[in-house]
Formats: sequence, C-alpha cells, structure tokens
Amino acid sequence: MKVVLQNLTKIFPSRSKKSGEEVVAVSNFNFEIPDGKLIGLLGPSGCGKSTTLYMISGLQKPTSGKIFFGDDDVTNLSTENRGIGLVFQNYALYPHMTVKQNILFPLQNLKGEDKLSKEAMLERAYEAARLVQIEELMDRKPSELSGGQQQRVAIARALVKMPRVLLLDEPLSNLDARLRLQTREEIRRIQKETKITTVFVTHDQEEAMSISDMIVVMKLGVVQQIGEPQEVYDSPANLFVAKFLGTPPINVFEGKVQGEKLFIGEAAVLDVPGVSDQEVHVGIRPEGFTLDDNGPLKCKLSNVEVMGRDVSIVSTHDHSENPIIRSIINADQRVNVASDVVSYSLKPHKVFLFSKDTEERIFFEVK
Amino acid sequence: MVDNKQQWKAWLYLSPCIILLLVFTVWPIINTVRMALLENYSGLKAAGGQVFNFGIGNFTKVIKYRRFVSCLKNTVLLCVWTVPISTILALLIAVALNSIKPLQKALQTIFFLPYVTNSIAIGMVFAAMFNIVGSFYGTENEIVETAGIINNVIEFFGGTHINWINYGSSYTANMVVMVVYIVWNALPFKILVLLGGLQSINKQYYDAAKVDGTSRKRIFSRITVPLLSPMLAYVIITGFIGGFKEYTSIVGIFGETMGPANDAGRLNTMVGFIYDALSTNNQGRASAAALILFGIILVVTLINLQVSKKRVHY
Repeated sequence: MKVVLQNLTKIFPSRSKKSGEEVVAVSNFNFEIPDGKLIGLLGPSGCGKSTTLYMISGLQKPTSGKIFFGDDDVTNLSTENRGIGLVFQNYALYPHMTVKQNILFPLQNLKGEDKLSKEAMLERAYEAARLVQIEELMDRKPSELSGGQQQRVAIARALVKMPRVLLLDEPLSNLDARLRLQTREEIRRIQKETKITTVFVTHDQEEAMSISDMIVVMKLGVVQQIGEPQEVYDSPANLFVAKFLGTPPINVFEGKVQGEKLFIGEAAVLDVPGVSDQEVHVGIRPEGFTLDDNGPLKCKLSNVEVMGRDVSIVSTHDHSENPIIRSIINADQRVNVASDVVSYSLKPHKVFLFSKDTEERIFFEVK
Repeated sequence: MVDNKQQWKAWLYLSPCIILLLVFTVWPIINTVRMALLENYSGLKAAGGQVFNFGIGNFTKVIKYRRFVSCLKNTVLLCVWTVPISTILALLIAVALNSIKPLQKALQTIFFLPYVTNSIAIGMVFAAMFNIVGSFYGTENEIVETAGIINNVIEFFGGTHINWINYGSSYTANMVVMVVYIVWNALPFKILVLLGGLQSINKQYYDAAKVDGTSRKRIFSRITVPLLSPMLAYVIITGFIGGFKEYTSIVGIFGETMGPANDAGRLNTMVGFIYDALSTNNQGRASAAALILFGIILVVTLINLQVSKKRVHY
C-alpha cells in the first residue's frame, strides 16, 4: 500500500491567548511513500516527525492537506478505520493482560463480517508471535519482559490485524545500545517478511540510515530532503542535512570562492569549477581528508586516536566553525605524531559548499 | 542500617510518637481484651474494689442480646447496600468527570463538598429533606403534612407522600433514607481516589485502544476498570471498614433515639451498641462487642484481600 501525503500541514493553536503565536508543527509536507518500503522520518526533537506519524495514524487531524492510502482518501477517516498498526514509543502494552491477551485484543474488537472464531484469532496471534519470535513468552505479563521483548510484543500487536501501514514511534529509543542494534535488524527483517509499508520516527540518524529504504530529514516542520540514505549522505541538500547526518559529524569551515578556487583562510584547497565568487560554508566529511605532506590544508595537530581499522585525527584550524576537526584515515597511513602540523589534500566528492546566506548547497563539477 | 552508636538517637527521636501510641493505642487495645475477658466487668464496680472472675461470659451475653442481633443486622445491611452502590456511582462520576474539560474543576469542588461538611449537619439537612412534619419528636396527632422537599417532589409527580423517618415510619423507609445518606456522604472520598487513579493512567493506552478500534464499553471494562483496580480495591476495603463503624450518620438523621420516635433504637448499629454499653458502665460488655466488631471487620477485610488478589492488577 503506497501512502501519499499531499500538502500536509499541522498548526497547533497557541496555548495562551496573550501570546497568540501558533506553532506550525508540520508545513506543507508532500511525499509519496512507495509500497512495501521502510521509511525513516528523521530530525531533531520538535521537527514535526512524530506529528506527521500521528497524522498518518489518524490520532491527530491535519490542519490542511490530504493523506491517501493507495487511492483511498483517508484524511477524514477515523483511526480505527484506516487499517494501521501503531507501535508507541513506550509500547503501551496493557499491563494487566498477558502477552497473548495483548496480541489478541485488537482481534477481539473486530465486529460484524470481520469477526473471527476463537481458533482463528489464536492462530493469527501465534502467527504474529512467531514472526517476532516471542511464542515462548505468550503467558507472561509485560512487566516480566525485557524492553526488547516488550518492543516485539508491541510490534506483534500492531501486526496481528494485518495493517495496511505499520507506524513506529521512536521504536528503539527505550532500548540499550546493544539491544538497539539487534532490534533494528529485527524491524528490518520483519518489514521485509511482511512487505508492509512501514514508517518510523527517529532522532538517531544512524538508526534511520542503517535500516531505511528512504529517509526524510525534517527541521522545524519543514522537509529538508528525501532520498535513499546513501544518496542523502553523499549529496546533502543544505548545511542542516549535512550536519545532521554522519558520525563523526561533518567538519565545517568558513571559506570563500575566488576565481573558481576554494580558499580556506589563505590556502587554495580545491578547484571548484562553475562556482561564482562568494563566501561559503565548506563541509568536509571526516573521510574526505587524505594525508599529504604537500597538501594545501594545514591544521594544528592535537590528538590521534587509533581505532584499529582506521585512525581518527583530531586537529584544529582557525577557520573551522567547530572547535575541532576530526578526520578519519586508513590505519595504513602513518601520521607523524611528533609534528605540530598535519597537512591534508581533499577528496572533491566529500567536499560540499553551502551558500553563506541561505545555507543551501552550491554545486560544483567534480572532475 | 543505622550505626549501633547512632541507634539511641533514632529511638530518642521516635520516642514522643512511640509513647503516645503506647498510651493511647496499644494499652487501650490490651485493656479492651482484658475487660472483655473479665465477667461482668464494670469500671464503677472495679473502683469500688470488686474483683471479677476471668471468663467469656461477656461474649455469650452480648450475643444473646436481642438488641445486639438487631444492631448487627443493621450494620451488615448498611454495608452490603452502601458499599457497592457508592463505589459504582463514584466510578461512573469519576469517569464522567475525567472525560470533560470545561467545568471539571468546578464540578470536582462541588462533588468534594460533602467531605468537608460536618456529618451531623448533613444529617440534619437530610432529616429536613425527608421530613413530613415540623416536629421531630411529635406524636401521631401532631403530624403536619407540609415539610420535606422529597415528599413535595413525589407529590408533584402525582405520588403519595411517604413517611420516611417520622413517628410510625416503616423500617424499610428508614433504611432507604440511611442508604441514600451514607452513599451521598461516602461519594466524595471515593470520587477523589478514583479520579486520581484515572488521571494517572497513561493516555497512550487509550490511544492504543483507539487504533485497535475498541468500543467505549470495552475500553471501560477491559482497560479502565482493570487499570483502576488497585484504587477500587482500596475504596471497597475502606468502605466496608467505614460501614461497620457507622454511627454518626444514624445520629445525624434520627438523633440519639437511633430510630423513629415510636421505636427508639431500631436503627442502632454495632458502634451504637458499644456506646450504649459504655454509658451504662458495662465496660466488659462494650469491650466484648468491640472485639466482635473487630473480628468481623478482620474477616471481611481478609476476604476482600483474597478476592482482590485474583482481580487486582498492581
């Protein structure tokens, strides 16, 4: 089932009458979510990603705009008639019911033609439990389960109705680091097996990048960029997206373009054909540096962190907008730790220019 | 654990409280047992130097009293009627209050008012409402059929007035008045506790239920009530305990006669029986009755706890 969001907007009225300020939580969101894909809504807190999810679920009504599931306009359809499965951030498992009762609960609500026999319900419940691998926990109470297990039960409960769309609100935020890694693979697997169009919300870019087919980066209610994770990482649309994606984060310098050459400070570090003379933000991915004694970019070396496979070099530069510059290079390359200065040349496809005013991307030809 | 050297300090700080408890709670309990087990014990006679035999005579005597049986019956009837009715009403009112936004605070205050009002005063107002005559202690000849808003309402709708509490009223009518009064009086506390419980239920359960298309009836019975069950159990247990101690409400409506003028003491309760025994200097009998009441409350509470073990989800 594809999901189409058309000019979706949500405005919350102001809390107090005095200030009179409305909050635009989501502004003019357009996106066609392809059938059977896993979509990550990504952004810092307050960017409107959860609001978008809740509008798709029907728990919140959009101020304007339309939502389609396939060709059906569901904008004015109530939650229970949309055929969605929703997994809450805190799972919202009913604490007084066993796992089995929790999973059965949505089925027992079915009325009329959809009503199932007891056996059929149990069969469906066990099928969902098998899918998320919790069959042996069916008679336990939620309080007797670990966070990861509760998460699975919540997913099973959402899946048991065979929803058209599965929605997950910060599915991994309540899990510890190790479990998070495991569970995100699990979500990926379940989604692949069921082929249900899935939308999940996260503020963790790594999480979104690792399992999504497509990610949507949002900021203050406005969509910044939509695309496949690698594509968004390799070609960010603006400075915000560039800064938001990637660990370690991108290094940003103040620079200027003069005569199709990029200057950081006095040093011409890169040829940038096709760019007019102007001041720019220069974003360089940590892997965009190459150690080169004759390299144009000279930074003050402060620290070298060896991580086995590669080496992380921490340095500083007067024109860096961040307090430190972190570059990652292959461990085969040796750094002269005794030296005060480290010299780099740059990989052009890892360098992005952004307009000083709009912070939008300025493209140049990479030779 | 507190250091041994520091322990005397802890005991020192606790001592005011412990001494008060020993004098006013622990010793009276022990003394009650002692007096109950001394045949025909009377404080006055004891002061005169009389010695009493040890035995269970007080208990057998109390049980044989016709008055005691009627007091026990009144108490049990009041409990059995008022606790379920007030709990169910309180639950419905709390759910309704919780689901409205405007006027919630104002209504909450109104529902809470009986709690802070003197129960004798409430009793007098109720007595006036259910009255049919001006005079409380009037004889049959003096009855003037004017007063009493309840009877006025009944007559407005074409019914005939009922003698609720006056001279010659029936036992059933008396009990109805008592049940209405006690239920009304018990509501505020129960509403307060249940409303608090409702407001602490995570809203996401209701969102989840909504996503699953749960009907309102099912949300109430399968989600709200189970999640509220600890508060419900608390309200029911304390309701029973309060019910067994019922006394002031009877005084509030019927005065010290504890019943209509033609049948004084008809609505007397266990606690009333104990007071009567005390006021006639039969401390032995009063102590025995108090211990019987204690036993009943203990058994009922144990049953309550046993039932709630299966039904309450903490």
